[in-house]
Amino acid sequence: MAELEKLIEVKNLKQYFNVGKPKEVRAVDGISFDIYKGETLGLVGESGCGKSTTGRSMIRLYNATDGEVLYRGENVHGKKSGSQLKSFNRKMQMIFQDPYASLNPRMKVSDVIAEGIDIHGLAKSQKERIERVYSLLETVGLNREHANRFPHEFSGGQRQRIGIARALAVEPEFIIADEPISALDVSIQAQVVNLLKKLQKEKQLTYLFIAHDLSMVKYISDRIGVMFFGKLVELAPAEDLYRNPMHPYTQSLLSAIPIPDPDYERSRTRKTYEPSMHHYKEDDDVKMREIAPGHFVNCSEAEFKQYKTEYKPK
Amino acid sequence: MKKLLEVKDLNISFHTFAGEVQAIRGVNFDLYEGETLAIVGESGSGKSVTTKSIMQLLPPGNSEIKAGEILFNDKDIVKASEKEMQKIRGKDISMIFQDPMTSLNPTMTIGKQIMEPLLKHRKLSKAEAKERALKLLDLVGIPKPEIRIKQYPHQFSGGMRQRVVIAIALACTPKVLIADEPTTALDVTIQGQILDLMKELQKRIETSIIFITHDLGVVANVADRVAVMYGGKIVEIGTVDEIYYNPQHPYTWGLISSMPSLDTTEEELYVIPGTPPDLLNPPKGDAFAPRNPYAMKIDLEEEPPMFKVSDTHYAATWLLHPDAPKVEPPLAVKERMDKFQEKQAGSLNGGK
Repeated sequence: MAELEKLIEVKNLKQYFNVGKPKEVRAVDGISFDIYKGETLGLVGESGCGKSTTGRSMIRLYNATDGEVLYRGENVHGKKSGSQLKSFNRKMQMIFQDPYASLNPRMKVSDVIAEGIDIHGLAKSQKERIERVYSLLETVGLNREHANRFPHEFSGGQRQRIGIARALAVEPEFIIADEPISALDVSIQAQVVNLLKKLQKEKQLTYLFIAHDLSMVKYISDRIGVMFFGKLVELAPAEDLYRNPMHPYTQSLLSAIPIPDPDYERSRTRKTYEPSMHHYKEDDDVKMREIAPGHFVNCSEAEFKQYKTEYKPK
Repeated sequence: MKKLLEVKDLNISFHTFAGEVQAIRGVNFDLYEGETLAIVGESGSGKSVTTKSIMQLLPPGNSEIKAGEILFNDKDIVKASEKEMQKIRGKDISMIFQDPMTSLNPTMTIGKQIMEPLLKHRKLSKAEAKERALKLLDLVGIPKPEIRIKQYPHQFSGGMRQRVVIAIALACTPKVLIADEPTTALDVTIQGQILDLMKELQKRIETSIIFITHDLGVVANVADRVAVMYGGKIVEIGTVDEIYYNPQHPYTWGLISSMPSLDTTEEELYVIPGTPPDLLNPPKGDAFAPRNPYAMKIDLEEEPPMFKVSDTHYAATWLLHPDAPKVEPPLAVKERMDKFQEKQAGSLNGGK
């Protein structure tokens, strides 16, 4: 992976809420990873593990408590002038989970999509503005007649397409998709995933794909990070993670996915995960260690040796 | 096996400003004792409406059961009065709803909510009901029931709340339990726990379950039989093996092919083209025909009847007519069918 260009480096990112109060929440507690240009990094974990918070901190929707997010070597959370922030915002966009709540019901679809175009002054005339909206609508598989309608006139899948068109309007390089398909029907999920893949190919986009549906994540991602209680516990190429889940939490997560195959389901055994099962001692140095090229596991020195022997190369 | 519930030619319409929406257009199915029947289909296919009509929970103002019968213990409950229904709801038939965040009363302790059906239906004394509620909490795997019983719903996590909802639904050991997407709002790991719990409890109290979901993975886990709904009708019904390994309806083919399995590597996922039918003006022929790559002329003109595939397996597609041309199902489905034939050959030869 050495020849790949790093687009984003997340270094020891921490995001705490209610700092200093008794109710302090360590939503993201020191995670580090890189995202390479043109790849899709999947982020999975159960609700409340901090995966959405990670995405939101990366795009500066929250101000990080500690740590750095470097975008092409430049700190996202650094001090920026208004115009610097603006040009930076253009490069990173987000697609949200709930297509019902993320579109302003009082705005026409054309205005929803063109909002970014207006803010960044990407269109010189009204004509150019509407032409851009039309072409964006067509890119995401809607048609130009839809521009003058309001969000309530669309189905969930169509709304998610509008959300994607809005994200694409400012020609970003990097898109954070925060559970973009969780609220959709199975048949519609496939449409949206196909669209995201097609756009990635055409526009060389880089994605951070946050989800809890593991079979979809495996399908769309090049690499997958597994989060548990604000920490990254395993990070590996998608294929490798499913073939060689090393961390017990990853194993328990994988053993819980329902598979549309009755024979498999009858013989399924679920694994459970308790953080106490590691039996870490006081002086154990628990950190991310590379057990195989590109495959990182959060483990102690002793576990590291054990995982290395258990790892089955292809 | 004994039939517990029989739904016969059910037709339900909603009266809206735009006109009459024919949400359910002739649904037939039986529910046997002790089985789990899963109903799958996309949003708007009528799966929730069907089950809500069994409980008579449809909005009384604009919904109308146009025709059909729902026989429970040989009694037609479509015609039952509200008073009669109140005796059935929560006692003989109970329901688990999708969202455990909204289906509990936030102002009542969960103990009170579990005791409610026991006091109403079983006429237990308060002390007896409390004792039973503690047992139920223990049964659904909530630790420290004595403390938890006095707490309010907001003090529980999503998975724990769904356990409470299950405890309420099972309080009177109902004969039929309707679960409307009970795990959709939950995480995979929690979902697994809830599914295991439901299966275990079903064995213990011998109830029949109608399980509504759009997640085919969950169906494979829980169901004995599966009914696939499309456009207000059941288009295919059979045992779980028959639906997953020998599907016959092109819509079922589409559903199965559009889901990535953990070893899918194809560039593009299969997508069912088009949009669901407009039930304001239901199409004349097969409702799925406009989206069906295998559609024939007759599909646009006449609705297919249910063709028999085996004693337990029926599908409504003209492709099963003896005169229909042989078609090649999609690859993902073909692989499953081959497996099915192997299995059948195996069970015929092997015997044991």
